[in-house]
Amino acid sequence: MTNSIIQIRNLCQSYHGQEVLHNIDLDIERGEFITLLGPSGCGKTTLLRLISGLESPDSGEIIINGHDVTQVSPQERFVNTVFQSFALFPHMNVYDNVAFGLRCQHVAKDEINERVIAALEMVKLEKFIHRKPNQLSGGQQQRVAIARAVINKPLVLLLDEPLSALDYRLRKNMQMELKALQRQLGITFVFVTHDQEEALSMSDRVAVIQEGNIEQLGTPREVYEEPNTLAVAKFIGEVNIFDTEIIEINNDDLTVNIEGRTLTLKNHKGFRADQKIYTLLRPEDIKVWDESEVTDTSNMLPAVIEEVIYKGSLVDLSIRLPSDRIIYATEFFNEDDDTLNYVHGEKVWVEWYPGWEVILPHED
Amino acid sequence: MKTNILFRRISINIIWLWIGLFSLLPLLLVFVTSFLSQGTNQFISYHFSLHSYAQLFSPLFLEVFARSLCFAIVTTLCCLVIAYPFAFILARLKTNLKPLLLLLVIIPFWTSSLLRSYAVVILLEANGPLNSLLIHWHIIDKPLQLLYTNFAVVIGLVYSLLPFMIMPLYANIEKLDQRLIDAARDLGANQSTVFAKVVLPLTMPGILSGILLVLLPAMTMFYIPDLLGGAKSLLLGNLIKMQYLAARNWPMGSAVSIGLTVLMGGILLIYWRFTSRRDRQALV
Repeated sequence: MTNSIIQIRNLCQSYHGQEVLHNIDLDIERGEFITLLGPSGCGKTTLLRLISGLESPDSGEIIINGHDVTQVSPQERFVNTVFQSFALFPHMNVYDNVAFGLRCQHVAKDEINERVIAALEMVKLEKFIHRKPNQLSGGQQQRVAIARAVINKPLVLLLDEPLSALDYRLRKNMQMELKALQRQLGITFVFVTHDQEEALSMSDRVAVIQEGNIEQLGTPREVYEEPNTLAVAKFIGEVNIFDTEIIEINNDDLTVNIEGRTLTLKNHKGFRADQKIYTLLRPEDIKVWDESEVTDTSNMLPAVIEEVIYKGSLVDLSIRLPSDRIIYATEFFNEDDDTLNYVHGEKVWVEWYPGWEVILPHED
Repeated sequence: MKTNILFRRISINIIWLWIGLFSLLPLLLVFVTSFLSQGTNQFISYHFSLHSYAQLFSPLFLEVFARSLCFAIVTTLCCLVIAYPFAFILARLKTNLKPLLLLLVIIPFWTSSLLRSYAVVILLEANGPLNSLLIHWHIIDKPLQLLYTNFAVVIGLVYSLLPFMIMPLYANIEKLDQRLIDAARDLGANQSTVFAKVVLPLTMPGILSGILLVLLPAMTMFYIPDLLGGAKSLLLGNLIKMQYLAARNWPMGSAVSIGLTVLMGGILLIYWRFTSRRDRQALV
């Protein structure tokens, strides 16, 4: 018995001769919160619709709970979807919307009543039973959509950008509620979003999808800190990318040329001397020193402060290198450090802890 | 700006004048006439009388009314059964065939319906295309009497009124959100449940206005029973025409007209009550 609730094998789908999904392989584990993350048009919603059965694939198979459901219609799959626009039935009140799935299964009336009330209590909407969807706020409609889906006790709950129609503050609240709900119900959640912050903060695992391929599958931390490809690194968070030339390899140390300076990096991935590489650095991994603070500048880059953006708990800096290239750094305020008073035009030294950088080979 | 307001005032007033002169005034005349009595030398004599309205409840009139209603209901149901799938397929078509098909539905609007009724006469004649085809296929061996039957009247009515059923249904179904159908299927509904619980209720405003647009004219299109029913099947429209032109009983014809107008008003009122503002706006 495998621990995968959904197994996707060699899934391909195209529209009008254009391939939307290329050979997707994905195992979704029982009870996990997995996010399909990618820009719009990358195929993530198509993948979700294939899992729900609303579309059937050109080739490949989908196995849910050990059964091949590739040719099975949506009403016979034990999955339910929370749609992007909620898709609540406008002619039914909240109660009838939530009861819809159970009525389709011909559940006894008393049991329907009990379960609908329980589901509405769970999403704190028991007072709105008789309202029509257009008499509810966006957040309330969202809750009805969630109640309507989870009441059927699906093996997997599919969520298609369910928060994108909500405003910022509501979205933050719903993120936490969804996460809590998933923990409480123990249902596997497959969440689709283009918002990387949402993906990182909610998921157990993230599948980064680009142009119909899963570029990387891993925990939010892996995806953020150890991106497999430049595309993943660029899509998730800010990143500074340096074209890097390897000068010498000494055991674990790489001596490289970055922006005309000779620096020493860690060779975690066993690069060879003839390889072309990129060095990737997240803004928060970059440290910016005032000229007066440093004595040994051998492993640093000289730079000039271009712009300072104060953000409360942190400060974003854009820094100009001698090559005129702009890089970004984020510095966090620290109680016992009052030196974060950067001004435009100030000369600084830039460095990072050796080993915090990510090195990727050129993709040719 | 000033000319703009002036233009607006003038154009609105022209419309009011038009409606008043050609719609409200004639109706008022009919209304007044219905309360007068039949004249001997003139069409009407100026004596107040409720005689015409009393006549409305005579068995003869009630029979004509019942028959008209029956024809209208059968016609409406036939139109609905034909138009619904047609409008549904039309609305869901994704190809550029859609404008062309819509045009084909609308073209008959521009043709005189009298002319189109003559076309039906030719189709249904004893040696017309329909009978020839049926004989050719050996389904029948001698021509059927199709013309001058109730069947022919219903065919004529359905043919003339079908576009009035298709258009509001199309307008309604086209706005139907595919995501709601997806949601219903996702929640475990089979095809018939999706139709009965989601599609049908959401297209009900279209169905209702289609019924209104077909049912009311179906009771009064006098030339179709005249041409296709051979004046054997008397409908309300024929009755009104006869009262005016043959029997020369203008007050009677007016009373029937007013009675019909009140009935239509009643049906519209019911429709108004049972549809929301949004439903009605969706049809415009």
